[in-house]
Amino acid sequence: MTQRPTRLFRNASSKLALVPMITITLVVFVGCTLWTVLYSFTKSKSLPRLDFNGLDNYARLWKTSRWLVSIENIAIYGVLSMVLSLTLGFLLAALLDQKIRFEDTFRTILLYPFALSFIVTGLVWQWILNPDFGVQHVVRGLGFTSFEFDPLYNPEIVIYGILIAGLWQGTGLIMCIMLAGLRGIDEDIWKAARVDGIPMWKTYLYVVIPMMRPVFITAIVLIAAGIVKVYDLVVAQTSGGPGIASEVPAKYVYDYMFRGQNLGQGFAASTMMMLCVVIVLIPWAYLEFGGKKRG
Amino acid sequence: MADVTHALGVRAKAGPRGARPKPLFSRRNIMVYGTLGLVSLYYLLPLWVMVVTSLKGMPEIRLGNVFAPPVEITFQPWVKAWAEACTGLNCDGLSRGFFNSVRILIPSVICSIAVASVSGYALSMWKFRGSEVFFTILMIGAFVPYQIMIYPIVILLRELGLYGGLWGLVLVHTVFGLPILTLLFRNYFATVPEELFKAARVDGAGFWAIFFKIMMPMSLPIFVVALILQVTGIWNDFLFGVIYTKPDLYPMTVQLNNIVNSVQGVKEYNVNMAATLLTGLVPLTIYFISGKLFVRGIAAGAVKG
Amino acid sequence: MKNWKLAAWLCASVALPVMAHAEELEVTHWWTSGGEAAAVGELAKAFDASGDTWKDGAIAGSGGVARPIIISRIMGGDPMGATQLNHGRDAEELIAAGLLQDITDVAEAEGWRDIIKPISLLDACTVDGKVYCAPINIHSWQWMWLSNKAFADAGVPVPANWDEFVADREALEKAGKIPLAMGQQSWQSNGAFGVIAVAIGGPDLWKKINVDKDAEAARSPEMTKVFEQADIARQLSAKSTVQDWNQATNMVITGEAGAQIMGDWAQGEFAVAGQVAGKDYTCLPGLGVNKIISTGGDAFYFPVNEDPEVTAAQKRLASLIVSKEVQVAFNSKKGSLPIRGDVDLSTVNDCTKQGLEILASGNILPDGTMTLSADTRTQLDDLLTEFWSTPSMTVADVQEKYASIIETAE
Repeated sequence: MTQRPTRLFRNASSKLALVPMITITLVVFVGCTLWTVLYSFTKSKSLPRLDFNGLDNYARLWKTSRWLVSIENIAIYGVLSMVLSLTLGFLLAALLDQKIRFEDTFRTILLYPFALSFIVTGLVWQWILNPDFGVQHVVRGLGFTSFEFDPLYNPEIVIYGILIAGLWQGTGLIMCIMLAGLRGIDEDIWKAARVDGIPMWKTYLYVVIPMMRPVFITAIVLIAAGIVKVYDLVVAQTSGGPGIASEVPAKYVYDYMFRGQNLGQGFAASTMMMLCVVIVLIPWAYLEFGGKKRG
Repeated sequence: MADVTHALGVRAKAGPRGARPKPLFSRRNIMVYGTLGLVSLYYLLPLWVMVVTSLKGMPEIRLGNVFAPPVEITFQPWVKAWAEACTGLNCDGLSRGFFNSVRILIPSVICSIAVASVSGYALSMWKFRGSEVFFTILMIGAFVPYQIMIYPIVILLRELGLYGGLWGLVLVHTVFGLPILTLLFRNYFATVPEELFKAARVDGAGFWAIFFKIMMPMSLPIFVVALILQVTGIWNDFLFGVIYTKPDLYPMTVQLNNIVNSVQGVKEYNVNMAATLLTGLVPLTIYFISGKLFVRGIAAGAVKG
Repeated sequence: MKNWKLAAWLCASVALPVMAHAEELEVTHWWTSGGEAAAVGELAKAFDASGDTWKDGAIAGSGGVARPIIISRIMGGDPMGATQLNHGRDAEELIAAGLLQDITDVAEAEGWRDIIKPISLLDACTVDGKVYCAPINIHSWQWMWLSNKAFADAGVPVPANWDEFVADREALEKAGKIPLAMGQQSWQSNGAFGVIAVAIGGPDLWKKINVDKDAEAARSPEMTKVFEQADIARQLSAKSTVQDWNQATNMVITGEAGAQIMGDWAQGEFAVAGQVAGKDYTCLPGLGVNKIISTGGDAFYFPVNEDPEVTAAQKRLASLIVSKEVQVAFNSKKGSLPIRGDVDLSTVNDCTKQGLEILASGNILPDGTMTLSADTRTQLDDLLTEFWSTPSMTVADVQEKYASIIETAE
């Protein structure tokens, strides 16, 4: 290996290394997605069958009140979860980055819920929010007898009850990623900012955050992927209830595919979910990855 | 759980890191620690509820509130969750699936991180025409709900002859871990200074040499993040484990699901909570150990903006 | 060396004949609650006693969780030995795809057509004249379970029908009881509504809607009455916040709630709690208005297997399921009715006796799982659970939506 590797050899080696990823991308993600889209135009019930019925599945989907409720819920949950995860994650990371004592302890406390599954998270919060022996019961026991806090039993606010649990489980990881990003910022930048007399919040806002762009992208993708897929948490916490007030799209997909044994309907719903993702993601991906090429 | 918090206490006492501590009661300190303290309370509350509940007997649970410490401590729920709770006819609790979970976890974590780290490295440093297209598609894959992939993957595994075995499941975990992990590694390697890479190339290092000798040693934090993500995801997975394997290989979460979801008259919250904590112990332990590595990796000054 | 070979040969000659008749069969089911698990235990015991081995593959979480697992295993070409499925329309496509074992020879050899009662259960297993499943029990939805303790506490006699029960509302509420216990899961809302529909609207109206899918009948004023009663039931259960059906049953057992509308499987929970029918709890088939029961139930299917030994074991299990001894042992634990009329039932309790009498009188309906597709059922589940927990949803509103689902039902 004394001579420089030839261009061909270099490319071959790196391409070889990408073979598993490319295969998986093409076969599983592209292949299975196309398969799903194709079968969403069919009358498949229990088993996939190529018996086409045009747009019937989609027409029915958008007439179903449960699907509309699901969309509304995921929009509320998604926006709030994204905004709150990012801000809380960043603020907590910034706090931990102040050279404080017990950093290990605090970081562990914030991160540990992520080790627990959504099923568990849902179960615990279902319990804490249960009006008969949870928070409401305790506060009333303290003398505030008119205190009311039963998010899981009130159709109007049940989605916020789920949000509380979702944030509890997920913010720790975002905080950790942000912390890793903050630690990557050069000390000199802080020194320079201090010398120039720029207040700390301004340094964060105008210097540090723009520098942490890749970190934010990772965090956003992690959060967004979690939002689209939110399913277990709802099942464990409310089973979509009360009534259909806390239904989410992934649960609709699952229920109609397996409980309703209507694969066509489930595939149509999941195709709509993917379509939304693609509409948001493609322009962003183009801007993010399309522009700069690296030699 | 008690020994874990104990260990934390010890570590915390091991002393402050970084610069000389500032005076303890400055306004800034009160604000910082006050906020962190309050936030910690919100984070610890459910753990507290889980622990105290798992140590109570059912009559006490029915009477008291969820936050009260147990009047009479009992370890019976833990014993029951580990060794006695029934799944249909098998009454040997979570212990049945524990080793299966380990058997699934180790190869799955290694495979998924290996494939993703190499892919992320290749995508950030060895781009070629079209590589970004694949990456974009992969990213969209991160958003696909797992449920719709169930049947096509059954067909795929059947054709590959992997259905029902351990390696089929490992493959599935590798596939679904790939999008996020690749993104993680790609973004991480993208922050490595280009000069370093160029210098190595001038020295005659090839694709694999750069990866193993330069990139890997300086990427400890990102490997730890990937490890945390995968251990959690795979250990807590229920659906894939149960769909792509047979009862001989069913992971611990199958028993957890059965304990939590099958109600014998009244919900035995104490057993549920004990089962939950027992299931969570492995990822929790990994966190406590790797949390330190995480910081050490960063302290080594690996990350540059 | 020679000795060793001899020993091996001896072992083999002894073991082989036994092996030929001893197969390990993996059985998937979702019976994990107290009464259910006890019932499965009886079946497994009988299977083990006959020389084979029962390998239990229980998955909690009912059809929604277990179903994709079952279908995947069958599709993946590595199926279990036997699996529970609701008979009726659930398995139609798997049969059409040739994935389930034809057990007609067992059925004919044992004369199932003569012993299974009502015969609709066997018909539900039969496609094109071939039998594909072994029915194990009859379950009926048409029951209301009342807590004698709750009514004693409220100082009123235990009601004898739905109207009397509704009239006791205030007394129950004054005594701090929830009049009607309801779980939050959607299938429970739909099921309870079905019971009210049969009791208030009568079986003919029910058949028009559920069998003939007559949307006009669903819009009729008779059906409006049904929805009005459902509206009352919704008010009576407004304070019930439990999730699972057996948590709701438990409220009746402890006397916290006055009653629950639930299928006869609830009786298994009363039995596990050591309660006695007539003394601790009262049952009202058809809400005491229309004494009629539906005959749904569970059945075991046997995925096609390449190994003839396994196939033979599958058939042995099929015949065991229908046998008298297993029928009695299983159904007395599960709280369901046996699928054959010729078994000794002197030991059964009061409620089961009532069920058997109704069954013998022929006042029976097919179950929703036999008349409606899973898809339609899921849509109805969604609609009725929305109705049940949305006080602002009016009777007219829900009736129109109900009718439009029936219009497109298959």
